[in-house]
Amino acid sequence: MIRDIALFLVYLVILFLVAKFFGGYMYKVFQQERTCLDRFLNPLANFIYRVTGIDAKKEMNWKEYAVALIWFHVFSFLAIFVTELVQGSLPFNPEEQGALSWDLALNTAVSFITNTNWQAYGGESTMSYFTQMTELTVHNFLSAATGLAVAMTLIRSLIRKSTSGIGNYWADMVRGTLWVLLPISILFSFVFVQQGVIQNLSPYVSITTVDGGSQTLAMGPVASQEVIKMLGTNGGGFFNVNSAHPFENPTALTNFMEMFLILLIPVSLLFTFGKMVRDSRQGHAILAAMTVLFVLFLSALYFSEYSGNPTISSLGVAAPTMMEGKEVRLGLGGSSLFSAVTTAASCGAVNSMLDSYTPIGGMIPMLQIMLSEVVFGGVGAGFYGMLSFVILTVFIVGLMVGRTPEYLGKKIESYEMKMVVLAILIPSFCILFGSAVASVTEAGVAAINNQGPHGLTEILYAYTSAAGNNGSAFAGLSANVPFYNLTLAVVMLLGRFGVILPMLAIAGSLAEKKISPNGAGTFQTHGVLFVALLCVIVLIVGALTFFPALALGPIVEQLQMLQGVLY
Amino acid sequence: MKKLVDFDKAMVASAIKEALRKLDPRVQFRNPVMFIVLVGSVITTGLFIRDFGNGDLQTAWFELEIAFWLWFTVLFANFAEALAEGKGKAQAQALRKTKQDTLAKKFYKDKTETVQASSLKKGDVVLVEPGDIIPGDGEVIEGVASVDESAVTGESAPVIRESGGDRSSVTGGTKLLSDWLKIRITANPGETFLDRMINLVEGAKRQKTPNEIALTILLVGLTIVFLIAVVTIEPFAMYSSITISVSVLIALLVCLIPTTIGGLLSAIGIAGMNRLLQHNVLAMSGRAVEAAGDIDVLLLDKTGTITLGNRMAAEFIPAPGVTAEALADAAQLSSLSDETPEGRSIVVLAKKLFNIRERALENLQATFIPFSAQTRMSGINLGETKIRKGSMDAVKKYVEEQGSILPSQVQADCEYVSKNGGTPLVVAKQEKILGTIYLKDVVKGGIKERFMELRRMGIKTVMITGDNPLTATAIAAEAGVDDFLAEATPEAKLALIRDYQEKGMLVAMTGDGTNDAPALAQADVGVAMNSGTQAAKEAGNMVDLDSNPTKLIEVVEIGKQLLMTRGSLTTFSIANDVAKYFAILPAMFMSAYPALNTLNIMQLATPKSAILSAVIFNALIIIALIPLALRGVKYEPLGADSILRKNLLLYGVGGILVPFIGIKAIDMILVALGLN
Repeated sequence: MIRDIALFLVYLVILFLVAKFFGGYMYKVFQQERTCLDRFLNPLANFIYRVTGIDAKKEMNWKEYAVALIWFHVFSFLAIFVTELVQGSLPFNPEEQGALSWDLALNTAVSFITNTNWQAYGGESTMSYFTQMTELTVHNFLSAATGLAVAMTLIRSLIRKSTSGIGNYWADMVRGTLWVLLPISILFSFVFVQQGVIQNLSPYVSITTVDGGSQTLAMGPVASQEVIKMLGTNGGGFFNVNSAHPFENPTALTNFMEMFLILLIPVSLLFTFGKMVRDSRQGHAILAAMTVLFVLFLSALYFSEYSGNPTISSLGVAAPTMMEGKEVRLGLGGSSLFSAVTTAASCGAVNSMLDSYTPIGGMIPMLQIMLSEVVFGGVGAGFYGMLSFVILTVFIVGLMVGRTPEYLGKKIESYEMKMVVLAILIPSFCILFGSAVASVTEAGVAAINNQGPHGLTEILYAYTSAAGNNGSAFAGLSANVPFYNLTLAVVMLLGRFGVILPMLAIAGSLAEKKISPNGAGTFQTHGVLFVALLCVIVLIVGALTFFPALALGPIVEQLQMLQGVLY
Repeated sequence: MKKLVDFDKAMVASAIKEALRKLDPRVQFRNPVMFIVLVGSVITTGLFIRDFGNGDLQTAWFELEIAFWLWFTVLFANFAEALAEGKGKAQAQALRKTKQDTLAKKFYKDKTETVQASSLKKGDVVLVEPGDIIPGDGEVIEGVASVDESAVTGESAPVIRESGGDRSSVTGGTKLLSDWLKIRITANPGETFLDRMINLVEGAKRQKTPNEIALTILLVGLTIVFLIAVVTIEPFAMYSSITISVSVLIALLVCLIPTTIGGLLSAIGIAGMNRLLQHNVLAMSGRAVEAAGDIDVLLLDKTGTITLGNRMAAEFIPAPGVTAEALADAAQLSSLSDETPEGRSIVVLAKKLFNIRERALENLQATFIPFSAQTRMSGINLGETKIRKGSMDAVKKYVEEQGSILPSQVQADCEYVSKNGGTPLVVAKQEKILGTIYLKDVVKGGIKERFMELRRMGIKTVMITGDNPLTATAIAAEAGVDDFLAEATPEAKLALIRDYQEKGMLVAMTGDGTNDAPALAQADVGVAMNSGTQAAKEAGNMVDLDSNPTKLIEVVEIGKQLLMTRGSLTTFSIANDVAKYFAILPAMFMSAYPALNTLNIMQLATPKSAILSAVIFNALIIIALIPLALRGVKYEPLGADSILRKNLLLYGVGGILVPFIGIKAIDMILVALGLN
């Protein structure tokens, strides 16, 4: 236990130290200042601008920005969708993987453009290397860059005044991808290969196991996808079992690095934010609130797993119960931390199976996603999601100091409230409404593997994961059926663009406003009080919405488990 | 009008009647949160009738209880609004009464004809004679007269109203005492200041203010979130093979949606306007009152606001070789017939310092020489002896004509006085300079403290004055303002306001003259003095009936109070939900999952009593908070942080704890009454 807690502490300290440095680098990237990579990347970027005819200097208003973003995603969707349907006749397909069913292809295409990476398929038995490399890996980069771009528009809108321009979508995408995502991915891919992650285009290998049986080992270009899967908080595994697979996550060191990569950009972004608004305390305050919530959730998850299941421990096999569903080489600490990290960020990569966790241990990851993925959150998405809660906090609490609410000098008025309400309402609606439909329709109930509250949790988790663009699976749900493929695709789209569009609208509106000076009567958005308030608002608004559903799922299951009733 | 209108039985009775009348769905629809409660009440009542008809008495009785309290939730919210309205109307009625049944002498070409005042339109010209009530707001186009404005301002001393200049505007309902006036009416019936103010305190006609709209959006958003949360319980329950009655779901929904703030929101807004009325301020819109809470900069005219309008003699500074007493004596003589406040203050100071008594001028064979624009001096001739006092330049010229010169020491004294914010007055007897009188601009008592208060609120004060920068600096320092604009012209004022607004600040200013009108219109909050011109009143968005320029401080406080009350009750309302969940959820699911009784941390007796207690608490808390909504959360000029900490403790932490205690108490009472 001491070792696990030490692991958690070391993890956070290293993460924050590197993030502070990296946040400064991202500041330079997005403020168009000189960076050490300009020499290599400027010619490349200029080449891209020339070929595509993009004027990277042109400022877009929020509607132009949104239109560019939507068209980009329409084409991305079509590229993935078509490739999946015709992959049988495309190269780099040694295992001769055929076309996907149309509903699975659609679900997967939506899943990858929305940074969800929900996988209703097993990678090694479905996707050709061509599809993995040119579609899935590429969109791991692009969907993360989009999140980063939207976050940047919001930060810009807070520091600009009386203008309609919030940046240029194409320039943001190019700089985010080339300067931020690509260099780290290349660097860490080499480290991963050194640690044993595979990177080849060979056919699958058949081997004879130690006890004489035969086994087929899936191969593929894994390392190049593995790093961006984490760094871009995508989470779509090359293999079905994701980061529990030894070719994706072979050692304790890669496990640590994977966790580090997941939160690197979400945390760094807050340092970038602080630098851009010229008040690092503002970034620290939001980071502090996220960290408080994270530590809270991680502790609950860890102790729930540590305490285990009393029915099994009474049989005298206490220690192994904690390892149910977890990889021995990664341990309880490594697994709990990974689960907390992957659901805190909207990554969704997994290295253990939540279905086998204790009910509360399984509920915590779900709750983190339900709170709109704002505990660090996805690349960019966590920031803009949290900003909607910041605006909400400022609005409710700010009134109490006797001024109309403002954040960093920008007045929060009815237009912003309307958009914030939409950004919070749409994902909640998707989760509850989707799960409700699934739990009373035949197609929905047929896919679950367990009955009672545990089955309800499985359904709830699927829609939560999709709406939060997390993509992790609870397991225990046979999701590759048209009902789930289609409903989850709709939920993923709404969960992504139902938040991005209102947030862009807010950016547009804030950029138009003046900046009121900070005075003695202004509500301060740094300091302990604000951090505490932000946490409470996130918890109350987030948790109260889902309390009834959770009560019928994991909460009652945990209470019954303590009384010896199992499912 | 000045005194607070207290609640009396009649007002409460009429508010109850109003509350019932407001059950009209068209009225309720204006308030989406309470509209949901109304729909819930109707459905539960329908369920009761159905089950009563089916003979399922046990279920029917429970539904009746729920329905009863839901109806009361709606009624309590209506009652709060009606009570606030009643209070406002009573205040407005007092103002309006004078206007009714007034007759007006309207001009048709050259002749006048008597018509009802209420029929007057903008542009009509009327004649008002002694004893007449002025029939409407207007502008004097001919004549000079004294007017008793006590009906509007409460001030009994009559004021002069004349055509042209800064005293040309008259208010309907005031009474002409002497002479006559020809007035052009400037407002159509129903559009006068008073009418607009009355609209602000009537719920049905009231325009929601910007912040109120934003808050309503949030409340509607929360209502939809909880609607989804509650509606989806049904399918989840079906999955879990639990049956949950619709009445219980409605009870949970009503408890979760922010009914406390939703029900009191409109009452808070109306009460804010009422408080403004109590301070004798008429606002043109609620928006302006809200903006007042956000003011960053306050522009104040020096004269009459920061300083008493008149300068007072403060010191006699003799010239070399003259005693102070001799100077005082000559100064007093020259001022005996000078009825200006400055002149009188010299007489008073001479008596105070040297006990020089007033003398009868007749015995001295004196002739008083009044101030003239040519000489720019005043004085007295005692036989052959001529005493003169005036500005340094004028007196210097006067003695030089007689072959004398101004001593350099006197010149230095004059500069010293100017530097200290005063006005020097030089006294000469024949060709000899006696010395300087230090006329001081007296800063109003207590004004410095008020500015300190404003600074603690985070508001910057800027003094506007026509004085030169030297004098302005001195007075600004004495009064404790943060900044000043000296030698101010209307253009400079306007530019200053624009400059602050460009920096993102909200600016308030007071003014009364026509030359203030552009600045009043440009300012975010412009308070025009009632004594000012029509142009000023129309440019501003508030009119202070008392014509008291420091009234802005109260206006700012009222604006802040309005926002604080909304914020506090919203926080309270949302915090309440925690306890309500712990009351209702275990009760709902306990039959299927007895293990969930662990969540019944209040140990409520039965599922029924738990649900009922939560609903009753939800209704009663509205009634309990009506006084707070009407009175407003107290504002103290502390920094934002300490205000926040205090209110959070009270309404945030309190909001979480109070319902736990309240619901438990109600549950115990229900058990004691055998209603579980």
